[in-house]
Amino acid sequence: MKRVDVIPEHLNKALEPWTGTTSRRDFLRTSGLFVLGFGGVGFVGPSVLGSGLGSYDVGPDSAAPYPHPDFRLLDSWLVVHEDGTATFYVGKTDGGQGTGTAFRQIMCDELDLAYESSTLVMGRTDMTVDQGGSGGSDAIERDAVAARRVAAEARRVLMEMGSERLGVATNELVVSEGVISVRRDASKTVTYGDLIGGRRFDVALTGDNVNATAGVASVKPVQDLKLVGQPIPRYDIPAKVDGSLEWAVDVRLPGMVHARNVKPPLAGARVVRIDESSIREIPGLLRVVHKGNYVAVVCEREEQAVQAATQLDVQWAPPRTAPFPSSEDLFSFLRDASPMSRTRTTGSRTVPLARVEGDPEQALAAASTIVEAEYDFPFQGHTAIGPAHGLADPSDGQMTIYTNDMKPYSLRTGVAEFLDMPPEQVRVIWMDGPQLYGRTAADDAGFEAAYLAKEIGRPVRVQWMRHEETAWDTKGPAFAFNLKGGLDADGDVVALDYRARVADYAHVGYNQPDTVLIAQLMGIRPNRPAPGGAPGPSEMYSIPNRREETLVVRFPLAFETPLRTGNLRDPNGPQTTFAGESFIDELAVAAGADPVEFRLRHLRKSDDDDAAFLRARSIAVIEAAAEAYGWEARLSPKPRGTGTILTGRGIAYAHRARTTVAEIAEVEVDRTTGRVWVKRIVCAHDCGLVINPDGLRSTIQGNLLHGISRTLYEEVQFDTEKVTSVDWRTHPTLRHADTPEHIDIVVVNGDPNPRRPDLPAYGAGEPSIKPLGAAVANAVFDATGVRFRRAPLRPERILAGLADADG
Amino acid sequence: MSEVTLKVNGETHTLDVDPTTPLLYVLRNDLGLRGPRFGCGLGQCGACTVLVDGTAVRSCTRSTSSVTGEITTLEGLAVNGELHPVQKAWIEEQVPQCGFCQNGQILTAKAMLDRNPNPTDAELRRGMNGVICRCMTYYRIHAAIRRAADSMASQDAPESGAEAGL
Repeated sequence: MKRVDVIPEHLNKALEPWTGTTSRRDFLRTSGLFVLGFGGVGFVGPSVLGSGLGSYDVGPDSAAPYPHPDFRLLDSWLVVHEDGTATFYVGKTDGGQGTGTAFRQIMCDELDLAYESSTLVMGRTDMTVDQGGSGGSDAIERDAVAARRVAAEARRVLMEMGSERLGVATNELVVSEGVISVRRDASKTVTYGDLIGGRRFDVALTGDNVNATAGVASVKPVQDLKLVGQPIPRYDIPAKVDGSLEWAVDVRLPGMVHARNVKPPLAGARVVRIDESSIREIPGLLRVVHKGNYVAVVCEREEQAVQAATQLDVQWAPPRTAPFPSSEDLFSFLRDASPMSRTRTTGSRTVPLARVEGDPEQALAAASTIVEAEYDFPFQGHTAIGPAHGLADPSDGQMTIYTNDMKPYSLRTGVAEFLDMPPEQVRVIWMDGPQLYGRTAADDAGFEAAYLAKEIGRPVRVQWMRHEETAWDTKGPAFAFNLKGGLDADGDVVALDYRARVADYAHVGYNQPDTVLIAQLMGIRPNRPAPGGAPGPSEMYSIPNRREETLVVRFPLAFETPLRTGNLRDPNGPQTTFAGESFIDELAVAAGADPVEFRLRHLRKSDDDDAAFLRARSIAVIEAAAEAYGWEARLSPKPRGTGTILTGRGIAYAHRARTTVAEIAEVEVDRTTGRVWVKRIVCAHDCGLVINPDGLRSTIQGNLLHGISRTLYEEVQFDTEKVTSVDWRTHPTLRHADTPEHIDIVVVNGDPNPRRPDLPAYGAGEPSIKPLGAAVANAVFDATGVRFRRAPLRPERILAGLADADG
Repeated sequence: MSEVTLKVNGETHTLDVDPTTPLLYVLRNDLGLRGPRFGCGLGQCGACTVLVDGTAVRSCTRSTSSVTGEITTLEGLAVNGELHPVQKAWIEEQVPQCGFCQNGQILTAKAMLDRNPNPTDAELRRGMNGVICRCMTYYRIHAAIRRAADSMASQDAPESGAEAGL
């Protein structure tokens, strides 16, 4: 056994409550079926938070100390301890939306265990099954379903054990909060801890993949769930409020050093020469690490690394061709450029990218009224509140990465491939950090830390600075839209032609060893770029003739560019829905219709629906939002007031996957300053079964405000050499003063059979941002009579639009 | 390097650091504190906030040697293990999402309420406006500040309820 000092105590200390007769290490090592790595089991929760560093045994010498837990084993998912408490192990992360609390509610409910008797470990690649980490709003919709089935299976097994112990058939037993008792003789009881505490289940599960994991047991009808549906306070909040939580940024390891990147000052610039003498006098300087155009400095202390990165004299050669147009010329560039392709190949067939229903050209030619409009949506950043960071420890030839990256599993495999290490020698420990909302530079920082740690041979902490984060983090792609719609004599939409251009040529995936920034700067390229290209807005309007086409445009600089694109909360949804749902409003105006009535009319024209009842549930949320707002039917815009403040209301709706959302924004527009204030939002939200209503509301509240921020403030600006948005002034965000006075959230269950025992839960992390921008823009139109078609609706654009309209 | 003395959360520390080092790095790396966090290094976001003699200060842009007052960090806000009313209100309103900025939100709110125990809505928004939250928990922060203000007012008030026959 060798000892290494690597694990923060709070992750290690968690072993203590139940090491009386066994430990998780022994527990799984001796199973004969599988070896679940080594080391401590991290409890997430304030009661076990430690401080400082611990040390622990890493077990026998092994070339592969960090294998993957096997999802087909019950013991990989949960452990019942001798005191009757349980620890759950799930392959998800929690950015602060209560995912962990919700998992505990769901799993305790199926297990018949008190919520307080559970703890949860998330996103530790050597200890939790690979559920992919977070993303796609799928934690509750998909991954918690597997976890729920596993918990139900554990309960089944425990009931059988109880039956044997008490000598009574299982159907004669009842169970509550981990205590099994005989129905007719309450004096006869046995606890889960008595039955299995500290021992393995040794029960195999089935499933072709982790999402299909199941045992023999059935899950309960949702009506029998007691914890699901309760607003249980989040377990992670107290430690975030009292300062005791250890975040990924807080981990300090013996011998740890600090690194900072030196980014190219111009996009596409090449390193010509590095003058290391320029920083020679900085105390604590260890190394300048340089490969290709990747440059970093490593110092003993953090402030030394900051200074060295600022002071290092690097001579860069600018690229021969301007890497991209300026942000002022962006949209004309997108419209004028030749798109990469108008077709796509599936198998041996090449088909047009355009999706056509009916005969839109003929329908437009025959329409009574034609409406045409262009919409623009800029690049936007994730701009996490804390810039990207990662800590990598290369001790003993292994690699441990401490990160808040929401996808620790792909970080593990990506780093292993990048460093040419067996994945079994790499593990990733997810810890709390700034919320990410998609593919952020957290991926990049994890790779950089691992690369530098391997180079230096000591634990290396990489911390991006604010200017790097804002300029170089992956961006949500910019779109230019051209829309054309036709109305018949009754004012119904008979044709809709949607054409989008998107700057999303080399969409960066998660933790890919050939697209992370360090790889790109080193000259590594994927075999082929992965163009994005989202479908149009997600709605259920019955429009008989449609054409929908999204074409990808590339800039001269495709790789190692600060305008690299990646997933940003509800990828492409805010952009496409800003255009789509604003345009539906324009059609309603042209039809002389109330915007709510117009939308409902086009949803009700068909009674086709799908398995998730998207049509019925779309109608339900629009009706619920209108009712909660007190919507009175009238035409938009309303007559413009004469005061300084103009007020208006607007609605928009969308679905994201199987969740439906309708939102009404009430705005005040200051005609002297151009400031738009969203004073009130009503959000009607149907995500099916709700696990924790307060967690849901918190998530939606934040998401709605994120939507306002992206609609009114956020825009990445750049000239033809570099991104010029580098801080909170040049990539602004919504602030306290901009917060609405009222946010009303109506949780809708529009399922045609709302009391069905298998009511599913649908994703809720992202959908409510989708229609927000259009609701705000429609409200601004209602207030001012001017249609604003370029996001964000910044004051200078509002003033210019009002001045144009007033001629 | 030279000796710098800091008073933090009731303890005095003498440290051998470059006196121009931003206070934030010394609090985090030399004193092992977790409350103040690096958000921008530019004094723009507030994640690094500490209280210096009760005033909210951005520790990322202050050199260590320039701070001579009593420093209180998020860890030092509780008294004898009891959370400050602002912290209690934060938990009761379930304010944080990721929580990374909440250090600055809580300390700025505390300093604001110490100056102005009963802020109007406009004063509250103005007083908090420089502290950024990218989870956009502002709506709950406002509710928590109002709750904390009520709680602090009732704590400070003389025990008049019974006397007034309420």
